[in-house]
Amino acid sequence: MSVITFTIDGEQYSAKEGDTILQVARDNKIPIPTLCYLEGLSTFGACRLCVVEIEGSPKLFPACTTKPTESMVVRTSTDKLKKYRRMIVELLASEGNHQCAVCVVNGHCELQDLAYEVELDHVRFPYLFPKKSLDATHKDFVIDRNRCVLCTRCVRVCHEVEAAHVWDIAGRGIDCEIIADLNQPWGTSPSCTSCGKCVRVCPTGALFDKGAAVGEMQKESGFIKFIVNARNKHEWVRTAHEEE
Amino acid sequence: MVQPEPKNHPSGDNRFKLLDRAITKYHASGDALIEILHVAQGIFGFLENDLMVYIANALKLPLSRVYGVATFYHFFRLKPQGEHTFVLCTGTACYVKGANEIQKSVEHHCGCKFGETTKDNKVSLISARCVGSCGLAPVAVLDDAVAGKLTTNEAVRRIQQWQEEKKEVAA
Amino acid sequence: MTVEDLRELAEKEQARQAEYEHRILYCSSAGCVSSGCDAVKNELKKAIGELDLSKKCEMIGTGCLGLCGEGPLVFVSSGPTLYQHVDAAAARRIVEEHIGQGKKVKENEIDLNDPFFASQKKIVLENMGKINAESIEEYIAADGYEALAKALTEMIPEEVISEIRKAGLRGRGGAGYPTGLKWDIVRKGVADQKYVVCNADEGDPGAFMDRSVLEGDPHRVLEGMAIAGYAVGANQGFIYVRAEYPLAIDRLKTAIKQAERLGLLGNGIFESHFNFRIDIRIGAGAFVCGEETALLRSVMGRRGRPKVRPPYPSEKGLWDKPTVINNVETYANVAPILRNGSGWFAAIGTQKSPGTKVFAIAGNVKRPGLIEVPMGIALRKIIFDIGGGTPEGTKFKAAQAGGPSGGCIPTEHLDILVDYESLQTVGAMMGSGGMIVIDDTSNMVEVAKYFSEFCMDESCGKCIPCRVGTKHIYMMLDKIVKGEATENDFDLLKELCVMVKETSLCGLGQSAPNGVISTVRFFKDEYLSKLKKSAEGNTHLNESSSVPVVKEA
Repeated sequence: MSVITFTIDGEQYSAKEGDTILQVARDNKIPIPTLCYLEGLSTFGACRLCVVEIEGSPKLFPACTTKPTESMVVRTSTDKLKKYRRMIVELLASEGNHQCAVCVVNGHCELQDLAYEVELDHVRFPYLFPKKSLDATHKDFVIDRNRCVLCTRCVRVCHEVEAAHVWDIAGRGIDCEIIADLNQPWGTSPSCTSCGKCVRVCPTGALFDKGAAVGEMQKESGFIKFIVNARNKHEWVRTAHEEE
Repeated sequence: MVQPEPKNHPSGDNRFKLLDRAITKYHASGDALIEILHVAQGIFGFLENDLMVYIANALKLPLSRVYGVATFYHFFRLKPQGEHTFVLCTGTACYVKGANEIQKSVEHHCGCKFGETTKDNKVSLISARCVGSCGLAPVAVLDDAVAGKLTTNEAVRRIQQWQEEKKEVAA
Repeated sequence: MTVEDLRELAEKEQARQAEYEHRILYCSSAGCVSSGCDAVKNELKKAIGELDLSKKCEMIGTGCLGLCGEGPLVFVSSGPTLYQHVDAAAARRIVEEHIGQGKKVKENEIDLNDPFFASQKKIVLENMGKINAESIEEYIAADGYEALAKALTEMIPEEVISEIRKAGLRGRGGAGYPTGLKWDIVRKGVADQKYVVCNADEGDPGAFMDRSVLEGDPHRVLEGMAIAGYAVGANQGFIYVRAEYPLAIDRLKTAIKQAERLGLLGNGIFESHFNFRIDIRIGAGAFVCGEETALLRSVMGRRGRPKVRPPYPSEKGLWDKPTVINNVETYANVAPILRNGSGWFAAIGTQKSPGTKVFAIAGNVKRPGLIEVPMGIALRKIIFDIGGGTPEGTKFKAAQAGGPSGGCIPTEHLDILVDYESLQTVGAMMGSGGMIVIDDTSNMVEVAKYFSEFCMDESCGKCIPCRVGTKHIYMMLDKIVKGEATENDFDLLKELCVMVKETSLCGLGQSAPNGVISTVRFFKDEYLSKLKKSAEGNTHLNESSSVPVVKEA
């Protein structure tokens, strides 16, 4: 297998063929923010938070899907990128109804972490205050679409890992919504196996365990990588590294 | 939710035979979902939940996939339409030629917005992206007939005609 | 069918046509259908019957004759004479006087030496007004399928691609990617199955070039696709047509059946080992499906959500197989190139952008319609010589080229030459060829708002910058139009536009802010005059806050 040598932020790194820029960066503890990306699921390339600059191109490239080529020069944290990432989080904050103080995942939320990371101290865009629905008809879980960022991790995990395909996206553009089956109450879904994987991988408080109070709900999305590795590579023992 | 059996629809509704024929033509392939939805809407007028369940079953697709596709494309309707349809083109040429004035007057006259149907279920107002008759802007499609170089008064007059039709029948 | 059979068929049809002294061709494109050409057709038929002239002339429905605003149009081959505003009475006079007595009907005649016709150069539209749109025999009589025959019997696939490359044909759908290069990548791809896809999802409002070609000369597109199939090694083609074009869909269905009947599509075409099928896929009203990765997903029955490129469709397209995807006009150029040679094509237009381009001119212009001009023609010529300028009493303000993804070109750039590169220097783009003329009765901020609303409604919702960004762009423009916005809002708008352009996933999002960026660049005063004076009463903007021009990749 051929090895590719390339540069990230001035340092040289080597990558195996097929690795993405993001994988190499993660392996070497170079921070690149992500939201829709989750190891173990297919890449979606939609949140645009992981965009990086590549020397010689005026375009920006998502690190999660872009593969390095020999002697490529990648920059992950220029002022421009920082500004754009901040704006993306700002747009997300204005899009939904995100009130951390009363949210079940307060303190354990990936969107909240991102907001800290990009130093989002105020939102310049008007809040859209959409009227989204909350569905508590499932016996164990709740979906609050007001907190959804449409990363589609739940859609992908349900299709790719659980193979039930309960979730999908309905509508288009700003009106997109995560729906169960024929846009019916979750509790009436004939295809849901109540496995709870969607709840575990959701980066925000949009999907949560019933009965969780403010700040009580902790997600654990790393298990997806474990399941997928266990199935594909027969690695049944979880390492401490994967636990994080 | 009741899952109707593929083939022999329990309702005995013959229209399902037509739908089945189309499904067979496309070898019941999930990749043909959009073609099948076109056919289904052509036969039934709109896509009811039961109809989507039937299609999902026949094409072996997840329900949410069918619903997701049906709501992504503007051409598909999940609700029944009025007796008549007034499709206003809102393409650039029509915009420059004053389609928004027509839109305002028609909405005012009908008491409903584009995308909705009048209370008497007589007229559905639909806006289209571009019907490709830009040389005749502004354009509307009234029950499948294209009306070019349309004026505000003419638009309202044509809708009035439809609405009066009903009164005559009622009288 | 053999090549000899094809030529025999062509000669037979030519002989049949020669029997008539006159051919009356009425425009049967959607524009004239809407203007009432059915009544004209019936009256022509009736008059011919009553005057017993059916041996002297035949009557044919043909493709778009160009002057869509003056329809219904009727063309009489003897003369030759083009008639405009033909109603039933005029139709009868054409038969009685022109056919019967050899006298032209002066009242309805259009001068064919008018610059509208004289400035044009027809390759893609060469059969418009010449052949019956629904007859494969007439297409064959006009050298149709001759190029496919040549490719299959005289050329190896590499030679076909080399010919297209030498001609310098570039994709007519927008960015102008070299067609031969694209075909070559697919040809070299190793796979058990490859596909040819035709993008006929002409979604730009104000554009109807592809529709006219499909309605008026569908076989030209089928032939181009079959040649592409042979060149890259594909045996299956798909045409993705938007549902808003029912007439085009009907004509395509007819054309495919005719071609299959004659063995010009199907197995062993021209007794070679080449098999090629074409199926129609009908869109369902989503502008984003004009983006190639979204279109391919839609062909596979999915939500039309674009995918990150690479991999490009030429490597992994339909069902992950190498796929050629070009638009209608690109395929329509293929047969003439093979027939007349790459040198002939390369000599037309400019060196970097050879050939012609079809434009649909509409909006505030005297003569809206469909035109084909050599690349590199001055924009001024298109708008004033061909389009006749703006209506009496109004002044030209801007030309909007490239649809919602394009930009507005103001008066000071009217002398720009129309080709891929030049248009980009002024922030517009070739796009598919829609050209909307805007006069001084329109406010440019409102025009920008119109386009931003379009992009917001058509955003698929996959990536955040486009989904949420286009919403905020629209809301800010609305605020400006209402006179409620401040200088700060204007600055934020400009910042947001650049960010959406640079970070969005697909072409729709990346070009969605173009309408705003180009109007801010050329019509800044119109924005400033709508801003609320800030507390200091100072609406002056410093230079550093102007929108940087982002270089296209």
